[in-house]
Amino acid sequence: MPWRMLRQIARVGILTEPAPQPDGPESLRADQAEQRAVREEILAVLGRALAIRQVDPGSCNGCELEIHALNNPYYNIEGLGIKFVASPRHADLLLVTGPVSAHMEAALRRTYEAMPAPKLVVAVGECGCNGGVFGESYASRGRVSNVLPVDVEVGGCPPPPLEILRAIRRALR
Amino acid sequence: MYRAPVTRAQWRAAASVVRSLGGRLITIWGIDRRSSAGHFAVDVAYALNSGLVWLDLALTDAEPTSYPDLTPTFPSAARLQRAVADLSGLVASASQDSRPWLRHAAWPEDYFPLRREPSGRERFEALDESYPFVTVTGDGVHEIAVGPVHAGIIEPGHFRFSVVGEKVLRLEQRLGYTHKGVEKRMEGMGLAQGARVAARVSGDSTVAFGWAYCCALEALAATEVPQRVQWLRAIALERERVANHLGDLGALGNDAAFAFGLAQFWRLREAWQRRSQELMGHRLMMDWVVPGGVESDLSLEGLRTLREDCQALEAQVRLLQSIYDAHAGVQDRFVGTGRVDAQLARQLNLTGMAARASGVGSDLRSDLAGAPYDALQVRKAQATEGDVAARVAVRFAEIYESLRLLDLMARDLPAGASRVVPPAPRPGGCGAGWVEGWRGEVLVAIELDDRGLIGRAHCHDPSWQNWPALEHAVIGNIVPDFPLINKSFNLSYSGQDL
Repeated sequence: MPWRMLRQIARVGILTEPAPQPDGPESLRADQAEQRAVREEILAVLGRALAIRQVDPGSCNGCELEIHALNNPYYNIEGLGIKFVASPRHADLLLVTGPVSAHMEAALRRTYEAMPAPKLVVAVGECGCNGGVFGESYASRGRVSNVLPVDVEVGGCPPPPLEILRAIRRALR
Repeated sequence: MYRAPVTRAQWRAAASVVRSLGGRLITIWGIDRRSSAGHFAVDVAYALNSGLVWLDLALTDAEPTSYPDLTPTFPSAARLQRAVADLSGLVASASQDSRPWLRHAAWPEDYFPLRREPSGRERFEALDESYPFVTVTGDGVHEIAVGPVHAGIIEPGHFRFSVVGEKVLRLEQRLGYTHKGVEKRMEGMGLAQGARVAARVSGDSTVAFGWAYCCALEALAATEVPQRVQWLRAIALERERVANHLGDLGALGNDAAFAFGLAQFWRLREAWQRRSQELMGHRLMMDWVVPGGVESDLSLEGLRTLREDCQALEAQVRLLQSIYDAHAGVQDRFVGTGRVDAQLARQLNLTGMAARASGVGSDLRSDLAGAPYDALQVRKAQATEGDVAARVAVRFAEIYESLRLLDLMARDLPAGASRVVPPAPRPGGCGAGWVEGWRGEVLVAIELDDRGLIGRAHCHDPSWQNWPALEHAVIGNIVPDFPLINKSFNLSYSGQDL
């Protein structure tokens, strides 16, 4: 059993920073080069520690799927020293999807207030940036910056993991 | 699909008949038809072995805002009825639970967003709120309150546990935190714009909702899309199912402290999503299903790649399943945990993948197969134990079956157009689409106004039925097993909060 696990791990190898696939399309290769560049830059700026608290105050869960993907071996975000934490009190950066529902407004504010300064906020996805298809209504406050001071916005519905990584990099500058 | 008007007496009687025939309640929704017909209406959709039954009760008589309670026949009506009361101001008479469900403190109790008067753009100051949770008393009983912000990358909701030591006596859920006014937003929208909103009811089921929405439009216009379109949409739906099952199997391993599983399944999911990006232009295939067809056709080369992927993925998943099955620690956490037996599943109208893991429930792809599934003989996955292990086993079986279907569909994809002029239904009609998404049955019902725009759109996620079952599944389990049990259902918050 442990032997078969080890064999599988060895067979799969290290997927992080994969070499360009010769048979892959051009865009994928460019993506992978970009991915390497982003990773190196994050390491240069950051050394080995950034704690992120993620809050979904009303998203459709699409952005969450792509944020989850940052933890997969391809992006290996923990390998960069970036860690998703359970408590806002441990967090340097708040990663917020959108739109902010009226029902989540108070919880989102409280999460932000619980973070120690200095603190960064990155708004993720079309809804986080401009309310997206849901906009503002009796139930939705729309974009994240209507509720919190936002440092960086990253659009896309949802933004692919690499774009989210880029936004985190921009926030650190 | 069968649609008929009913009277108040028939409303209750029909429920009993459906129950006696082994049918299930899918959803209930309210409609404001005062401007066109002078009254409110409440609609219900049932699933019978013979198909979808959609009943419409016009509230024309002395009680213009109340209708007969369905909870004595279908307990799963309770939350649906509370939501109808919150959004449309129509109440189930003599219902036992009249607490709000989707309305928290963000708007006043006499504001009913789905009525005609509000524009939906009103803004209110949040009120003070207290929600009467059911309290459990006794020696040593205490409460654990969790959420709405959870300790992970998860949607928001509140769970109130009553526990003794580690053991859960009772769980009460409070949802509605992600309510963002989806159905009000869709009112007055054009049909193309509505498709984009429907595709975002629950991001992990974007294909299922997109397809159900398109089916509703096609039913409204009484048109059929070309065969190739149906097949291409089914390819997307099965790809969505596989992606979600892969993600869940990884996360379930992780919740059983088996990080190897998370890394392995999520690398497979990532490769799968990259292929969706390459072939369909989007990692989640969002907006690929459009009214009249699909956004882009698949080339012969793309289809070949897709088939090769299926073969490679199946080998990998079978290997990982053998590792999961043989891992004593993982099995110790999975087996017997979070059980929902067949009787409870039937009583609560459990649906979809979770129901099939409890030995009940249908699969629209095999039981009421429309194109293209009628040509593919879908084998329904089933387990009987109703525990976490059973929901894991059903996911594995469904991945293999979806890969088989994908291979067949990529091989035999009919020739023809992949997109035609979108259906242009006449104003005033209504139609529904019903699709077996990865989580269960997704229903979209649309009523057009006299301009041919969306008058009322109701989007139903299967999580509505399955959330209450989770409350039962955790009873008697220990608190640390809750994340595992929760993940084994993986229900949508956004899809039920709307």
